[in-house]
Amino acid sequence: MRRGGWFGIVLALCLALALTFLTVPVAAIFAHSTPRDLVSTLGDRSSLDALWLSLRTTAVSMAIILAVGTPAAYLLATRSFRGKALVVTLVELPLVLPPAVAGIALLAAVGPSGILGGAVDAAGIELSFTTAGVVVALTFVSSPFYVRQAMAAFAAVDRSLLDASRTLGASEARGFLRVVIPVALPGLASGAALALGRALGEFGATLMFAGSFRGVTQTVPLAIYDRFSTDFDAALALSAVLVAVSAAILLAVKLVQGGAALGGWQAE
Amino acid sequence: MLSVETRTAVGALRLEVELTVEPGECLALAGPSGAGKTSVLRVAAGLLRPAEGRVRANGETWLDTAKGLDVPAERRRCGYVFQDYALFPHLSAWQNVAYALRGLGRRERRGRALELLERLGLGDRAEARPASLSGGERQRVALARAVARDPDVLLLDEPLSALDARTRAAAARELAEVLRGTESPSLLVTHDFGEAAQLGNRVGIIDAGRIVQEGTPSELAAAPRSAFVADFTGAVVLTGTARPGNDGLTHVGLDGGGEVASVDRGDGPVAVSVYPWEIAIEPAGEPRHGSAQNRLGVEVLSVTAIGNRVRLGLAGPQPLAAEVTQAAADALGLRPGANVTASWKAAATRLVAR
Repeated sequence: MRRGGWFGIVLALCLALALTFLTVPVAAIFAHSTPRDLVSTLGDRSSLDALWLSLRTTAVSMAIILAVGTPAAYLLATRSFRGKALVVTLVELPLVLPPAVAGIALLAAVGPSGILGGAVDAAGIELSFTTAGVVVALTFVSSPFYVRQAMAAFAAVDRSLLDASRTLGASEARGFLRVVIPVALPGLASGAALALGRALGEFGATLMFAGSFRGVTQTVPLAIYDRFSTDFDAALALSAVLVAVSAAILLAVKLVQGGAALGGWQAE
Repeated sequence: MLSVETRTAVGALRLEVELTVEPGECLALAGPSGAGKTSVLRVAAGLLRPAEGRVRANGETWLDTAKGLDVPAERRRCGYVFQDYALFPHLSAWQNVAYALRGLGRRERRGRALELLERLGLGDRAEARPASLSGGERQRVALARAVARDPDVLLLDEPLSALDARTRAAAARELAEVLRGTESPSLLVTHDFGEAAQLGNRVGIIDAGRIVQEGTPSELAAAPRSAFVADFTGAVVLTGTARPGNDGLTHVGLDGGGEVASVDRGDGPVAVSVYPWEIAIEPAGEPRHGSAQNRLGVEVLSVTAIGNRVRLGLAGPQPLAAEVTQAAADALGLRPGANVTASWKAAATRLVAR
């Protein structure tokens, strides 16, 4: 009995407190909205539009983040060069930027009167208050979550695996695709999940930069805010949908990582 | 033939090595950790670019810094067995081997990989991931993978050090057989002289970035050119001051007391080396008999059975070690604390200047 002692009790109490605080609000969403509410929400045209828009914009920005962020993170994790610490800091900066500031920053950069606005316009791309603008906002705020995690995942890959790949006749690019990425996959997946969760929940930067127009820029979080003052039940139901989607993503990532761990090679 | 010449700094170490390995021959570089052994392999494989150096294999130049020539690692035909084997954890044993076999169809690659694994007695473990293989099995997969491309040169970095003592003996025999069967030159590095002697046709002792002596294992053991080499080959090394005696022998006053004689010449500060199996043990106080010139009164510190022999740790003027048979240890009642006399012949006593 002495073994746990008072310290064990403190630990258990803190966990209980944290668990209650973190789960009660989420549970309350489902307590308020009956399954019937959920179905009727999904039957509502504008809610469906918001959900479809959220999924589309998140998917496109995730594709961009993975395609560009993966090689960039690999470079940062495996090469050393002057000013690397500064580059890493700049890449991570959006992590700590308030969303409203991110929105203003995007407007100042690529908005109609932004410093690059003219160039964007000349290229025939319209960003502010368009769906493409939503993708820009999501990518801006969520990519650092992925790049940071991917850097750690790549740094943890044993260098001798890539050396072995090279002595077996494979170029670095081939070794990267065939060895480094598969070995780093659990870490990459958790980084992607963080970025995905951040993108799905994005609110402030999207509202500032792209506005909240139904079917064009109104993603689920914006739709929830829109309903909030007029139809609290609809806002609750839409929130429940978002919780379900986010939980499903988290679960999927845990399964990917668990599967890899069960394969036994993550611990190597 | 493989020839490696390199002059470069690796961290704080100055690496200056020149070596040649003939086809079908295995040169074992033996030395303590940090001596630059692995760096030599990495230079040969193209994983480390030296400031100055030349690497030639099978008539091709792989590296010539004077000419600005540096063939990338993936285009040097090197089979490399890494110290921790560096098996790809997400691929099965046969897929690890097949990774080396590009430009073949999937079925053909699988066939070749299975054939190689079969030859090393791993046919039934082909589908296993590295994590579920034993140390000895991993070593054999790494070996199969390294030879899969029919390399011009085989490089082995401490191929046995990741194995437990029991597996190591069997793995060493198998490896020696594989090395005998290969026609390409092999370069092996190890921190263990016994391993180097067992696996290499020639052994180079490497210390602080330089090969200090090279020869057959028996040449090195019989005529170490320095105290370092003597120590490394497993000899007991004592220090003292030598003076020529009028009996034609060299007499060495040992630091800490005692005197020994040697047939080698020497004058001034020397290192005296003798192999533990040359040292005989008698009960203390026995009158001198037989031909052993050198006798030291010592106390037994430790008694360790190694197979059918017993290694004795002895405290004399300087620490010594002796090896005797189990039967002799039993007959003499050797146990820690016993006082005995250690004796050995002047002819078995090597001297090198310090």
